[in-house]
Amino acid sequence: MVTAVEPPAVTPGATTARRSRRGSTNLLFLRNRKTVVGLILLTFFMVLALIGDVIAPYDPSATSPIGLQPPSTDHLLGTTSLGQDILSQILVGTRGVLVVAFLAGALATVLSVLVGITAGYLGGTSDEVLSLVSNIFLVIPALPLIIIVTGLLPSAGGLTIALIIALTGWAWGSRVLRAQTLSLRNRDFVEAARANGESTWRIIIFEILPNLTAVIASGFIGTVIFAMLSEITLAFIGVTSISDWNWGTILFWAQSNQALAMGAWWWFVPAGLCIAGVGTALTLINFGIDEFVNPRLRSTGQNAKVLRAKKIRARVGFTPVLRDTTADRKPPRGAPPSRRTPLPKEQP
Amino acid sequence: MKYLLRRGAFYLLTAWAAITLNFFIPRMLPGDPVRSLINRFQGRISVEATESLYILFGLDEGRPLWRQYLDYWGNLFSGDLGLSFAYFPTPVADIIGQSLPWTLVLVGLSTILSFLLGTMLGIWVGWRRGTWADGLLPVTNFFAAIPYFWIGLLAIALFAVVWPVFPASGGYDGGLIPSATPEFIGSAVYHGILPAVTIIISSMAGWILGMRNMMVTVSSEDYVTVAHAKGLPERKVMVGYAARNAILPNISGFALSLGFIVGGTLVTEMVFTYPGIGYMLYQAVGAKDYPLMQGFFLVITLSVLVANMLADIAYAVLDPRTRQEA
Repeated sequence: MVTAVEPPAVTPGATTARRSRRGSTNLLFLRNRKTVVGLILLTFFMVLALIGDVIAPYDPSATSPIGLQPPSTDHLLGTTSLGQDILSQILVGTRGVLVVAFLAGALATVLSVLVGITAGYLGGTSDEVLSLVSNIFLVIPALPLIIIVTGLLPSAGGLTIALIIALTGWAWGSRVLRAQTLSLRNRDFVEAARANGESTWRIIIFEILPNLTAVIASGFIGTVIFAMLSEITLAFIGVTSISDWNWGTILFWAQSNQALAMGAWWWFVPAGLCIAGVGTALTLINFGIDEFVNPRLRSTGQNAKVLRAKKIRARVGFTPVLRDTTADRKPPRGAPPSRRTPLPKEQP
Repeated sequence: MKYLLRRGAFYLLTAWAAITLNFFIPRMLPGDPVRSLINRFQGRISVEATESLYILFGLDEGRPLWRQYLDYWGNLFSGDLGLSFAYFPTPVADIIGQSLPWTLVLVGLSTILSFLLGTMLGIWVGWRRGTWADGLLPVTNFFAAIPYFWIGLLAIALFAVVWPVFPASGGYDGGLIPSATPEFIGSAVYHGILPAVTIIISSMAGWILGMRNMMVTVSSEDYVTVAHAKGLPERKVMVGYAARNAILPNISGFALSLGFIVGGTLVTEMVFTYPGIGYMLYQAVGAKDYPLMQGFFLVITLSVLVANMLADIAYAVLDPRTRQEA
């Protein structure tokens, strides 16, 4: 089987053409300001995850006599009631958060791709069964399930947590992928591949899968957010090991040591801001992907900018079309001539 | 009608799956801590109670699995979920009965409020796209990315410690006895405001974004243009034409993300030591109270299923296409 299917002979010209096209789409993706901001933020936290334990000024678990100090030059983010340095805890904890979140996201994405594309492409009974399973997983509240399972396990490490989160978090992605596959299944290029006698798996991997890249990527990022929030929540509740540092553990100790009542804001605010930072970075990247996939969402921002520059108030009723920069000079179709005349009766 | 029947069958199947999952989870995991706990209470538990705990955790190795499974269902239908370890010897069902109403009212009301507010804001932001209203998006984006419980912590720090206007914990004034007196209800409402606002703020972002994107997509449809061309007032086009069609995916989204929201709200309860399911689950996890944890999982899942069913019925009422298929 493997030897029978030779990769189609590709002329050098075709390769370069494809490469250059991909290059331009990459640029389009990066032209989005949201995506760029998101990527920069995420890279920042990735770097922290890599070098966190090296640049941490103190041992995160080491106690010292100066407890519950507000931020100072010695301890940039203050200390816990045991005198531990909070900045070090956050720096060291970054790795645990990101590794588990991305591992769980990757596992869940693999599952959702397998289930979603199989269901969407094969159709019939297998679709019914697989959709049913993913819908069931979607409806059953994941977090209580995760809490119960990890609570029953005597000791749950990072890998176990990632596995459990992946097993409960794949359903959403698979649902979206199934819908997309359904719409791709009867397109001409797939029909052509089928008429060529390509095997089902070859069609799925080489024809369908590349067209789902953006959807898979956005599903992956969504699952990473879900995994991060679940993991931190678990650590905050104290279900997982409280000796491994991650941002949830910091919040756990803050909560159990009455940081709130003592007004020790430096104990729980930075960890939350870090969670929000990673979460926002991922959502921004996802927005970029969304706008990349759905041109209607993409063009609204650009149109708005063009209209604002022309001092035209954006009104509903004209189809937002993605314009090239050369076409920008033309006024958008149906836009009111000037904002001075507020036209209640729009005539697009 | 056919649509509702299909959905009903789906929910029955899901309920069966959840219950079966609940049956298998303790059997797949090491059972030693449970046995040791049961042994610890030996002599203080009646024979029947011990037996029901054995059934619950599959320690009854003498019986074949299918037999255990049938016994489990039998116990379930007679309302026997075992005895709580932490609140020994209170039956799990009693504890659930006490804490469920709190959660239902708090989470139910705030989820519905957040959905309504978020959808309305989303309609407005989507309609006024390209104006300063778009500035709301990064804010919602930020809120969508932080865990519910952290907003809860901030809310407590700000409104219960720094500026003490609301109580930091509890579901009612400790000096009162739960009853239907206006005094008690007033105290419960007062204690519920901060957790409710936390849940609303943290879950609203998703609705705003979803609704905004649908509004943007729908606003460029021809029927909206026609409505404009007919000279209908803008408000009417916005609500009666665009929003009316844009809201449908938001409602099915509501049904699907309910499980996720419930998870978040349970943790909010933990932060506020609110006497609902979430806080009790927290206690149960801390005390390794396995029967209670399992009972809570069951009741949470079943509540989510019921809420999903209601959302489906609302969908069927709003979308005539679902009715036409019958």
